[in-house]
This record gives sequence, structure tokens and C-alpha cells, in this order.
Amino acid sequence: MALQVEDLRVHYRTMRGDVRALDGVSFGLEDGEIMGLAGESGCGKTTLGKSLIRLDGRMRHVGGTAVLDGEELPINDDKAMNARRFNDVSIIPQYSMSAMNPTRKIGKLTADLLRAKGKSYREVKPELVRRLELVGLSEKVLDNYPIELSGGMKQRMVMVLSTLLDPSLLIADEVTSALDVSNQKAVAETLVRFRDLGFVKSMIVVTHDLSLVYQIADTIMIMYAGQVVEKAPADTIIKSPSHPYTQALIGALPEVGLEYGDKRLKSIPGKPPQLLNPPTGCRFRARCPLAHDRCAEEPPAVQIADDHVASCWKVES
Amino acid sequence: MLELENVWKSYRVGSLGSKRLTAVRDVSFTIAPGEVLSVVGESGSGKTTIGKMVLQLISVSKGTIRLNGQDITAARHAQRKEYYRRVQGVFQDPFSSYNPIFKADRVLETVRESFFPGTSRSEWGDKVERTLLSVGLDPTAVRGKYPHQLSGGQLQRMLIARALLLDIEVLVADEIISMLDASTRIDVLNLLGDLKERGLGVLFVTHDLSLANYISERVIIMRHGAVVEMGATGKVFGDPRHPYSRNLLASVPQLHRKWADAPDELEELEPDGDRELAPPALTQVDEDHWAAAGS
Repeated sequence: MALQVEDLRVHYRTMRGDVRALDGVSFGLEDGEIMGLAGESGCGKTTLGKSLIRLDGRMRHVGGTAVLDGEELPINDDKAMNARRFNDVSIIPQYSMSAMNPTRKIGKLTADLLRAKGKSYREVKPELVRRLELVGLSEKVLDNYPIELSGGMKQRMVMVLSTLLDPSLLIADEVTSALDVSNQKAVAETLVRFRDLGFVKSMIVVTHDLSLVYQIADTIMIMYAGQVVEKAPADTIIKSPSHPYTQALIGALPEVGLEYGDKRLKSIPGKPPQLLNPPTGCRFRARCPLAHDRCAEEPPAVQIADDHVASCWKVES
Repeated sequence: MLELENVWKSYRVGSLGSKRLTAVRDVSFTIAPGEVLSVVGESGSGKTTIGKMVLQLISVSKGTIRLNGQDITAARHAQRKEYYRRVQGVFQDPFSSYNPIFKADRVLETVRESFFPGTSRSEWGDKVERTLLSVGLDPTAVRGKYPHQLSGGQLQRMLIARALLLDIEVLVADEIISMLDASTRIDVLNLLGDLKERGLGVLFVTHDLSLANYISERVIIMRHGAVVEMGATGKVFGDPRHPYSRNLLASVPQLHRKWADAPDELEELEPDGDRELAPPALTQVDEDHWAAAGS
């Protein structure tokens, strides 16, 4: 198993108290698995991605562990994490359009990056050029400034850079949100190709677009209000979800072929709870059509099949 | 009835406006009352520019826009205000559409100040209440709140309510739900459907084909500033004639079909040529279905 996360808790420090952005998240990621991570804004999906690579100043690691390839990730220790970043864990950030230093040529910037990790640019360069060609960029881009590249090209450049040292885990945070349909498909398919070619071992694709992640992911994990509600193979999540939240989320997706006159899509009433003082028990219960008295207690993580877990009182294994 | 006839738009770009960029080329269409017309296309295809021209936020370079037969491109300031009583817009980002230091319902109050100065406060209050209810908002939950206290869906519906306070005939909705969450965006989308049943014409600008298909009767597909295909939604999406439309539909991620199952090759497209030239003419391929030549 490539990654094993146990009961991870990460809070944001604010003036009014701790915001529990991740409140007991546990999951496993197999070697070669692409996991889609989806949920509404504020459910903690980006926080989870960030926690595995770098906590920013406001984030505090409260408890839980993440073990990558048998070695624990020192989430709390910024310095110790530095040795693992880029080598073992890498990220394609949400705004990769502006992820590159605008004042340096891309080749120079890459050299800086490699030097910081004790690698020689000259040795890595043939491999770099090979990978650039793989994503349809020529060697010449190394002599360009980031501003000279189009949005789609920058995105591909950052993808190549992030995976250059063959990390074990890659976190792709909303990599396709800023692109239009045809670029979206190209970028998503490149992610799969990187996995198939062994540039990265496993991948977490953070997105709010379920229909996109369904195209490329092996498994999908749904988060709600800082907790995992369901994780299963992509087909199971889309075709026969167990958790009422997953069902509602998929029921709210429009499809090509569906028209307003035929069938009204239904939204989920209400909004997610505040994470400053989250309610006890099931966090979805205020919006859940199936809620009953039992839901005031913390729901169990029910193992429905070997690879299918859902946290709800109403599902049966 | 809103009509666009052979509308062109060029922007001046580069240092001191030395270059010209033609963003919209020879676009004609109509929106009838009670109809949602979707404009789809990739970024830079000119779809937002069309919305801005309809709202008269930018001028038209060539061609005319008419509302009920009246040319509005030549209108002066005073007539413009009359036009805004009948045509309003809502934009992509609900969070930056509001001034964060004022309460959100101030956008409703400013409508009274500039359009209905004679209306009394209590009468206006009733009207606001009715309008908020009609867009599915609970007046007590949204009045007197600051923008950061409301969700994106609530803010977006409040902007639609603001447009409805005027007796509008056409609403320009430019990517109004692309920033909202899956769970709340459907409310706003269904509201558009509700508005069309009330007889409003909606120009729905989007890059999301599934949304366009869900809500609109007719659709326009744009590329490089020109229309490549237009017609009834079922016909354009069911039987796309232009290679660009086919590519676009093949790239859309869908829940009942995986890309990997049917690896359809994308067709070669003509590169972006001289934008000053007239785009390929549209030919009628079926009843209420036109496609650009070259398909």
C-alpha cells in the first residue's frame, strides 16, 4: 500500500477558535491507484491535499498519521518534510498558471529547483526533454519565460516539473478547473499516462467535477464537512452510491442528454455545517432525507465490500 | 424579442492600440420571449463579448442590435436607461459582484433610487419581498446580511432578483453558475427554467455543454469569434454537423460514458485564419439547424 492515512486531524487557527477542516480522515491508497477526491467547497479536500505536502502558517496538525511507502510523513515538521517533498511527494498546485517564477527562464528555474534537491540539471536534462516531448512541448520552451507560454502549455510544463523526480505520490489540485473542455481532456489524459509510464506511483486528484474525475480515476473518495463519507471504485460511486450525500451529489449533476422539461434535477437543501463548532454525530444529518434519531451518534464506517466504505447508519454491510 | 444582425466587434490591443483583435465576427441570432438561448465555445471564442454588447457595456463595431425592432446601438444615455429597464445581466463571480463593505440587499435599494424614485419605502419593501420569494429566497434569511454571510447560490439568486425588480424582457446570464457548488448550482439553473416559463428571454453564456443542453431550447456554438453551428438543442447536440462541434462533444466528460471505452479521434480543424475576413457562411442543414460551410 502506497499511502495509509489514519485519523488525520488538521485545524485552522482563527481568532474565534479552531476550524476543524480535517476531522479524523482515514483512507488507504494502493500502488498505482488514481484516487479522485471530490466534495463541495469547504469540505476539506484541498486541506487534505496540502497536509500531505506542506502545512501553511495557519494550519495545525492536531493528530493522526500518514504513512507513505512504510515511512511516516513528518507532517508537523516543515524541515523534515522538505527532504520528502518533490522526491517522494509532489503537488500540481491549484493555480499552476502562476506557479512559475515570472522573472526566470523555465530552464533556469528548473535548474534551481533541482539544485535545491541536490540533483544535477545536466544529468536530468535528457529525461526532461523526453518528457516535454511526450506532452507536446519542444525543448525550446526551456529558453522561454513563463509569460511566453499559453495557459495550457504552462499547465503541462508544471505537470512535467512536478513529476520530474518520479515521486511516489502526486497531488493534483483542481488541475483542470481553469481550462476549457478540450484542454481539460488532454490534461486529464496526461495524468493517466504519467501513471502508466511510472512517473508517479499513485495520485490523488482533487476536484469538484465528478464527471471529469470519473473519466480518469480508479477510485473516488467523497468528503463532507472535514470527514470522509464514502470511498469506492469509480463505477460504484457513480452507478450505485451508498451514502445519501453521494446519492444527492450525483443526483444534482446535469448530463448531456437530460433536459429541463424531462426531469428536474434536485439540489441539496441547506448548507454544510460550520466547522468552527461542528455538530456531533453525522454531519450531513440536517440535510439528509433519511435522517433518524440514531444519526445524532457518530456514524460507523461500514465496510460494504472489500474496497467500498461508507460512513452512515443506514447502510448495511 | 432581441435581434442581433451581422454584429462585429474588434478591440484595440497592444501598445497605444496599435493592433486590432476581432473578437466577434458576423454574428446574427434572435431570442424570443420565453426562450433560453445558450452560447457555448472555448475561452476566447467571443461568447462573453456578445453578452457585453447586448448589455451595451461595450460598443458594437459593425452591425445592429434591436430590441422589439428598435435599434439600441444608436441609443443615447437617456434612452440607454430605458433599455436597462428591459435588459439586465448577471455575471460569473457572485462574490465580487457585491461591495463587501455594504449589506448585500443594497443592490436592491439602488434599483429603487435610480429607477423608481417615486415609489414609497413600504410599497418597495413589499415588492422586494415578493421578488425575493419568487427566486426561492427567504427574505428574512437574506435581508440585512453582508455578502460574506451568504452562500454563492444565494448571492447569485439575489442578483437575479435585482434584475427582476425591473420589468425585464431579456436577461444576460454570463457563466452564472460555473463558480457555484454542484449542490447549489441546480437551484439557480432551475430558476432560469422558471423564468423562461414566465416569458423571459435568457441569453445563457456557458462553456459547459451539459448545462446548455439541460436548460436551453436553442444553442449557438462559437469558435474564433464566429458561429460554427446553431439551431435547436436536440439537433445540434444529437447530430452535430461541424467538426468542431463533434470534437467539443467528444471531449465533454460524461457519467454514462468513459473516454477510455470509445477512444474517438479528434478531427483536424482549420487553424485560426484572418479574422478580418467574413467567416464561412451558415447553411441550413435541417429544420432549425444551421452549420458553417466546411463541415
